[in-house]
This record gives sequence, structure tokens and C-alpha cells, in this order.
Amino acid sequence: MKLEEKLYLLSYKHDKQSHISIRDNDICGTACAKTWGRPCTTFCPANVYAWDGEKITASFENCVECTSCLTGCPYHNIDWRLPRGGYGVQYRNG
Amino acid sequence: MTEEKFDAIVVGAGPAGSAAAYTMAKAGLSVVLIERGEYPGAKNVMGGVMYGRMLADLIPTFAAEAPIERVIMEERLWITTDDSAVILGHKTAAPHGEVPNAFTVLRAKFDRWFASKAEQAGAFLIPATVVEDLIMRDGKVGGVRTGRPDGDLYADAVVLCDGVHSFLAKKAGLQTREIAPHEVALAVKEIITLPPDLIQERFNVGEGEGVTIELYGAVTQEMGGYGFIYTNRDSLSVGVGALISHFMRTKVTPNELLERLKQHPLVQPLLAGGQVAEYLAHAIPEGGYRAMPRLYGHGVLIAGDAAMMVNGLHREGSNLAMTAGRLAGETVVEAKGRNDFSATSLASYRRRLEESFVLKDLKKYQHLPEFVDRHPELLRIYPGLVNLAIHEMLTVDGMPKRDKQRKIWKAVTARRPLWRLITDAYRAWKVIR
Repeated sequence: MKLEEKLYLLSYKHDKQSHISIRDNDICGTACAKTWGRPCTTFCPANVYAWDGEKITASFENCVECTSCLTGCPYHNIDWRLPRGGYGVQYRNG
Repeated sequence: MTEEKFDAIVVGAGPAGSAAAYTMAKAGLSVVLIERGEYPGAKNVMGGVMYGRMLADLIPTFAAEAPIERVIMEERLWITTDDSAVILGHKTAAPHGEVPNAFTVLRAKFDRWFASKAEQAGAFLIPATVVEDLIMRDGKVGGVRTGRPDGDLYADAVVLCDGVHSFLAKKAGLQTREIAPHEVALAVKEIITLPPDLIQERFNVGEGEGVTIELYGAVTQEMGGYGFIYTNRDSLSVGVGALISHFMRTKVTPNELLERLKQHPLVQPLLAGGQVAEYLAHAIPEGGYRAMPRLYGHGVLIAGDAAMMVNGLHREGSNLAMTAGRLAGETVVEAKGRNDFSATSLASYRRRLEESFVLKDLKKYQHLPEFVDRHPELLRIYPGLVNLAIHEMLTVDGMPKRDKQRKIWKAVTARRPLWRLITDAYRAWKVIR
């Protein structure tokens, strides 16, 4: 089963504003690409992060708030904050 | 506007937070329990096995009312290769009494129930609310700033149960360094629905009874971690986790890892015909004793995942959280008695934890996280060797058994020389003794 199909099963309360931003795009394009191969694009279980050729884009609306990117970004370059109260993923089973 | 002041504020309505709130409210304190999800459990994920003893310490009659999925009667351990497994296990037919040892839960349901017990005891639950900062007053933590308008709340003590990667632990000065990728695991799981009678048939248990399977070896593709299959009433919790440091290195995606596990030839028949109802992911604080933050400060205590209270080897976490939450609550109740919420007064929290299994177990395994991070290859090599040896012994092909033993020993030492077998065994013994 594809990840997109799985994410489609989830309930979210979507916020208009993103709770994720990249602090310094240069790091993703240079140091991280060379040394680490941009691991956020693979370890993120909700496929939030993608390299568009110039920068990392963050599809924050997919985020399941696992918080892995807080330690998984080798440069602490992902500014991930808690979604506002009541917003974000809403697990029905857990 | 008059200032809203309470005896205690608890941040996070998971097992630790609801246990702390319940304990304090029951003792007559005014307690606010703040949860960022629309309801308790909306954000919370675990494999699914919970333990009865620590819950009974708080709510002795929980078995009659808590949303329990199945009581665990059998625990299996699968040591896997790509197409085989050596299987160990323990099954009991003994009645489990009023307090079942282990049972499965679905956290969105369980956490809601547990928080409602804290509410019934008198705690005031505020859901859908994020605590953005701590308010310092008179040199101590004296309240919280929430994301709501006019959302400042004050209290004598604040108990942080805000989960893994606690932002508030940093703000309180309890966590002063960044958590490392080898100190956190990432787990993904699915809820796969199946009719209850089919689950009972497939896992050979009765109504209300369940099985756990932990899978080590090939299923984690040479990363430090394990897979699991737990039975719920009308679904299975199927998942896999590994250290984030290993995900970063291997570039295996969590979903690929989970799909591979589900397609393992020994796993597939257990899941056949099931429908995926939900996909979940969460970070698990696996750093253990050496990665814990300071556990208390002036006017503040920390418990549960926020304090790294997970015993990964034994699949325990929510029970440590509940115990720590209860002990934090008891500490605040005592501090209230002498009206002293300084760090000196709250220091008894650490003493209580040290006297309990929580810190004793975490201390015991304090070197394990580093070992798992450094030696993921052992999870490939040894499951392979064990499967090879057993498979050979069970293959009846006319070869005399002594020759078989020689053949096995040769094959084993070809893959792992004797001196390495000895050093591996010594190291492994050292970290779990």
C-alpha cells in the first residue's frame, strides 16, 4: 500500500499557517546534500519533506507530528513547532 | 481580570499527565490538565501493550471499566530471516484475576478514558490548547502561557508530561542539550481490522484474550529495532521501529520497512483479508538513563516520554509514565502540605523514582542504547546463525547428528569467528546483566 493512500485515511484539522519551516536553505543544498544526502526526505514517515531541486519543501499538512525531524535533521535546520491547539492530526485509534 | 491560580498545572494528558492530575486532584488539590489535541489521545501513539499493576496502583478497579482490547495470554518472540523464524514464547492458561498483567489498548480510546478519571477526581481538563511557554515568578516556574487569548494560567507547581522532544523541558532548563538521533527511535504502525473470531482462530486464543509477537532480525533490515504484531478486539496493531540514527544512514523509508514486514512470508497469513484503518507514526525516546533530563526544578517536575522514561528492551513505557506521574503528583501533594515548591522541596520526586522500578530499570540498562546504536549488524548476524543452526538440526537427510553439529559449527564460525562470538556475548551480557 502506498504512503499517500495511508495518509488519505487519516483525519486532520488543517491550519492555514505552517508549523514547519526550514531555517537555512543553503545547508540543505550544500553541506547536508554532500554529507548526509538529505535524510529528512527519507525518514519522515509522512513524506513531508522533498527536495525540489533548489530547496526543501515542507508539506506541513501531511505531518503526523511524530517529531522525528527534531533529532533527525543533522543540522537542526528544521524549525518544527507544535501545531496550534486542536489542529493537526487526530488519531481515532492511536 | 482576576488571575487564574491553581495548585498545579499538568501539561499533556497522556499516561503520565493523567496519572499526575488524578493523584493530585484526588488529594484535594486544584488541578488543571492541559492537552494540545482536540481530545486526550488524539496525538498519542504506542505499540499497544499496557501493564495492569501500575494502573491498578491508581485505579484498582480499572479492568471493569477501562477500554481494554484484549488481555495478553501469550507472548511470542520471532527471530527472523527473510523466510524463516526461530520462535520462542510463553503462554498461560491461568486466569488473570482482577488485575491483568498485560493487555492491549488503542491510545485514542484509552487516554480519553484515563483523562476522564482525572476529571472525575476533580481535575479541570482543557483540550485543544498548546502550552507555548512557562511563566517564571519569584525565581521559579509559576505558571504557563497557552496559545489561547488571555491564556496565562498560574500554579504553585507545573508537571511537564508533554511527551518526547519536550519543548518545555528546555524552557524549564531541565534539558540543556539537544537529544541525539541514536537516543530516539521512530516507529510506524497500522491498525488492520479483522473480525474478532478470525483473530481468535488465527492466534489460537479465546474471546477477550490476545497475543503479542515481537519480531527481531531481518525485519528491521540491519537497523536497531524490532517489529510487532499485537491483537486488539477487532484489529491488529502491526508496526516496526528503529533508531533514527539508523534511518538516517540506511535511507530506508519507514513505510517501506513496514510494507516489507507485512509482506514477510510468515507475517502475511496473519494479516490476510485485513483492512488498513489507520496509519500512525511516533518518535520513542530510547536514550535511557544517561539521556534523561534533570527531573525537577523550582516549581517544576517532568515525567513520562518527556523525561526519557522508556525501557525499550522490555517494551515498557506507559507503565513507567504512569508510575512517574503518580510519584510526581504525590510529591506535589506533599510540597503543598509544607507550602514549599522549591527544588529542594521537590527533590523527593527523584528519591521516589530511585526507590521504584522506574529508575532502577533505566539504570540497569543504561549502556544498552549506545550498544544498539553501534552494533546493528548483530541483529542481522545472530538471527541468521540461530535460524541456520536450528534449520540444519531439523532437516532429516541421513547425515549423522554429530556431523550436523560440526557442519553447523563450521558455518557459524565462517560467518563469525570464535573470538568475535565470545566478545559479542560478553558485550551483550554486560549491557543487560
